[in-house]
Amino acid sequence: MNKQEALFKYILRLADNDLILGHRVSEWTGHGPMLEEDLALANIALDLIGNANSLYQYAVKVEGKGRTEDDLAYMRGERDFYNTLLAEHPNGDYACTMVRQFFTDAFYIHYYEDLKSSADATLAALAAKALKEVNYHLRHSSSWIERFGDGTEESHMRAQNAINELWRYTEELFDMNEVDAILIKEKIAVDLAPVKAKWEKTVNDVLVRSTLEKPQNVWQQRGSRDGKHTEHLGYLLAEMQHLHRAIPGANW
Amino acid sequence: MIKKESIFQIISQIPDPEIPVINIQELGILRDVEVQDDEVIVDITPTYSGCPAMKQIEDDIVSLLKENGVEKVKVNMVYSPAWTTDWLTEEAKEKLRKYGIAPPGKTTVDKSAITGKPKNLKCPRCGSTHVQMVSQFGSTACKALYKCLDCQEPFDYFKCI
Repeated sequence: MNKQEALFKYILRLADNDLILGHRVSEWTGHGPMLEEDLALANIALDLIGNANSLYQYAVKVEGKGRTEDDLAYMRGERDFYNTLLAEHPNGDYACTMVRQFFTDAFYIHYYEDLKSSADATLAALAAKALKEVNYHLRHSSSWIERFGDGTEESHMRAQNAINELWRYTEELFDMNEVDAILIKEKIAVDLAPVKAKWEKTVNDVLVRSTLEKPQNVWQQRGSRDGKHTEHLGYLLAEMQHLHRAIPGANW
Repeated sequence: MIKKESIFQIISQIPDPEIPVINIQELGILRDVEVQDDEVIVDITPTYSGCPAMKQIEDDIVSLLKENGVEKVKVNMVYSPAWTTDWLTEEAKEKLRKYGIAPPGKTTVDKSAITGKPKNLKCPRCGSTHVQMVSQFGSTACKALYKCLDCQEPFDYFKCI
């Protein structure tokens, strides 16, 4: 794998995660538990999908094969997607959606902080931009974790169940492979080991504040770095890509 | 010969599609204009990554310049430096306030906005500082929702980023 191929894959990984999580979050639009949350989630989805769009535009430029950002979003199958298993997890109840968001936001806040100083100017610029938005996302998701955990017996139970359910997808966030090795050498990619330590601290602080427990000795599910996904991604893609594939070149 | 200054003059008048009381230059979206032979290159920067108004602004720039006889227009999206509310002029902030949107604070160093306690935040209607955050996310990506505890009116706050 040369540097250009590694960079393309690295950008895809970032873009896919934003697109798939953004799509999941957007499923709440019109179904939020209250108007303010409906707006909040629509806003967050917009930030994520907007960032994905910028990243895909950069990816096709790096690839240089004449594909467009729509080709990447709509014309690839699940084995060619590199979003994390966490991002594709179904929304479940509101606690599940917020725990998924919180785990992701706590990752991005530290990840983008480091990516801001990437030797790749475009990635650095997009990271600086996204970081400002993630600040708001994290504030939103962590305040919900606190309210659920320190709320009623029911909300506490639901938040704890969601944490227990999703914990198995968290270590994968920090998996590194050949792509990372090549790009860390070029000072383009972020070393995820120190990010993991910071993530653990952020998550732990919020869980303690929320009277929630960190699961111990959980079997960790992984595979997305190689395009191996849970069964949920296929259904998501079928819905998301259907129109574009059924009516190629559809425009409005 | 197309002059850079006159192009800038023309397109800086384009209003923001979502907050039409201020134009794209006052908002800090319009970054630069370059003229290369008969082609005009316009640099713009998005407020938020997913701001849906960007496409509209791009179209507005192209069509307005066409009306003014410029056929070849390229609109570039620049991401660095990232957009900040510090680029809003004082004049623009006053226009926002009159429009009913509480303007952002002076500096983005003030991160208190994220915690829901921005300093010096006043109700744009009655001027009271006795206000409460309803939601960090408002009707557009750049705004948060507040209510005034004195005059009881809800209002938008232009988030400080």
